[in-house]
Amino acid sequence: MSPVSLASLGKGARGVILDVRDDAQSLGEEAQSTVSRRLLELGFVAGEPFEVISVVWPGGDPMAVRLGNTTFALRRREASAVLVETGTTPRGA
Amino acid sequence: MNGQAVTVDSMRLALVGVPNCGKTALFNRLTGSRQHVANYAGVTVERKEGSFVGPARRRLYKVLDLPGAYSLTPTTLDEAITRDFLLGRLAEEPPPDFIVCVVDATNLRLNLRLVIELRDIGVPMVVALNMSDLAASRGFQLDRARLEAELGVPVIETVAVDAHGERKLVERLESMPHPGRRQPLAWHDPTFRQIQDTQREVRRVLRASGYVEPLRKQALARLDALVMHPIAGPAILAAILFFVFQAVFTWAAWPMEVIDTGVSGLGAWLQGTLPDGALRSLFVDGILAGVGSVLIFLPQILILFFFILALEDSGYLPRAAYLLDRLMGSVGLSGRAFIPLLSSFACAVPGIMATRTIPNLRDRLATIMIAPLMTCSARLPVYALIIAAFIPSRAVGPFNLQGLVLFTLYFGGIIAAMLVAFVLKRTALKTAYHPLLLELPEYHWPHLNNLAIGLWERTKVFLQRVGTIILALMIILWFLSSYPTPPPGAEGPAIVHSFAGMIGRWLEVVFAPIGFNWQISLALVPGLAAREVAVGALGTVYSLSNDGDVAGTLVPMIAQTWSLATALSLLAWYVFAPQCISTLVVVKRETNSWRYPLAMAAYLFALAYLASFVTYRVASGLLS
Repeated sequence: MSPVSLASLGKGARGVILDVRDDAQSLGEEAQSTVSRRLLELGFVAGEPFEVISVVWPGGDPMAVRLGNTTFALRRREASAVLVETGTTPRGA
Repeated sequence: MNGQAVTVDSMRLALVGVPNCGKTALFNRLTGSRQHVANYAGVTVERKEGSFVGPARRRLYKVLDLPGAYSLTPTTLDEAITRDFLLGRLAEEPPPDFIVCVVDATNLRLNLRLVIELRDIGVPMVVALNMSDLAASRGFQLDRARLEAELGVPVIETVAVDAHGERKLVERLESMPHPGRRQPLAWHDPTFRQIQDTQREVRRVLRASGYVEPLRKQALARLDALVMHPIAGPAILAAILFFVFQAVFTWAAWPMEVIDTGVSGLGAWLQGTLPDGALRSLFVDGILAGVGSVLIFLPQILILFFFILALEDSGYLPRAAYLLDRLMGSVGLSGRAFIPLLSSFACAVPGIMATRTIPNLRDRLATIMIAPLMTCSARLPVYALIIAAFIPSRAVGPFNLQGLVLFTLYFGGIIAAMLVAFVLKRTALKTAYHPLLLELPEYHWPHLNNLAIGLWERTKVFLQRVGTIILALMIILWFLSSYPTPPPGAEGPAIVHSFAGMIGRWLEVVFAPIGFNWQISLALVPGLAAREVAVGALGTVYSLSNDGDVAGTLVPMIAQTWSLATALSLLAWYVFAPQCISTLVVVKRETNSWRYPLAMAAYLFALAYLASFVTYRVASGLLS
């Protein structure tokens, strides 16, 4: 399975976090570093299993992601910084 | 000892933790109602301090409930204050003697990273493993002693929502010698790699401590699927908002009547007791009538805050903000703005106070600026008067014309608010992209103890405002409306000859183009105190007896003397109604500057004038 961006996923998608990019262009210069840093701090770290549990219409934005024992709401723009692998069973879980 | 505290030393504790860890509940449990809420110097971040004396009565604990923070690398003003306080960087605040890091035992993966960060700044610390009862009952497994050994700091189980749930923590604190003040170590924001390393360490510590997380309960997952469903979610939200609205207006009716009766009873008593003269007038017409007209909103404010606190405590509010993020985002606001705006339908004063939950300063300012456009309940008496006098009660399809006009006025305010926010967020209050990244905490039942303390805090703040600045303004307005006294043999009511009367006549020149006569212009001056006071002032100007049903006798009077165009113009004016001093004062307090209240008054006045001008001209043209 090749890595995809979390922002490309719809409701019900499951997988494992691979990495957080610190050069996410969609976030704009000022926000990118703080957003990527905060994503890491909140637990978007390699190997963590996740599930997209909800999206808001229209446009499916923002989305709610279940990560470990917590749920986070994030916009597609933030989610684009998160690289994931879908369709596999969580490693080491 | 006769129960008196014999304290030997005092220790400054700082409660730190990520948002939603139950930190404030633990703070309430430790300090009870011995709390003091203020702001940190120069910023509008809430500073909550409390104190308690240890059971041995030897030590006084001063506890500071720091704003919730995910990290020492801040993304919000709250987090920056927490970091600066802990590192001793705040000018007027020495660093704490001791840190109590509160962690949610059902969410250790998220919470432990902060513990490790805090451990590294070198201030003595204990970890309060909060909600440990809930964790055990939900099937979490953890070896507390192992965790303590792995982290190298004491880990103490607490249950913030139970009586005596803080006991073990207090016992531990009592057994410790006073550490003395220690300067925190230097701190540098970690690199990406260092954050990743810390996260690996968190996971290693958890594995070593035998930490096992249960699967999420099926019922909670189903509840989330429903509450956050793209169609059902907004429908549930609308139903909840509708219910809260209904409750605010219907449940509050009775206590408001009681306050009204009490205030008028006290007024009548003073009227009979005090000798006729300026003093009696000051007490009855100035202080009592003025303060009473603001105090009467206390029941609505309490009911509204009860629902807001309960929804917040249960975990629903962040989900509502999530659902509304796109809608609010379309005019540049944050999803979190909806709570303060909702409060503003009762009264803009608590609404503006509630904007403190918006992390971004400019988003918060934009929300404050549009809060007065939500139709507060003080405008209802004015709407009711004019609608009763000029709008026939006739059926329009399934609706009543009077009801439709009222709905239009409410809706007009919302549309205007959206437009103003849209313009502000593209000009003066433009922000760089601000991420959502909102944690949606697990649902749980609200706790009555926390609700009660929260409500009491709100009431105290509201009463302090009423009792200080608003009281002072009422006295000034009373003076303006009473002096100079009419010359002997003068015609008409006394207010016509007062400063307020003079101001009213100057204002008439300004307001003539929008169809206001001098009576309306004059009534707007005492209406500065609170919008609905204008109704009583109109009664005074039209020489009506002040006792009995003012509005009832006013209706035929204004129906005869005003044109329909004038009435519609006044309705349009009140959609914007810039003349509420209490609101402007609160904006000044919340923003620490005169800039925003002045800008607010100016833009509201301009919009009100424009809307009334257009309404008056169009209505005059169509009706002639």
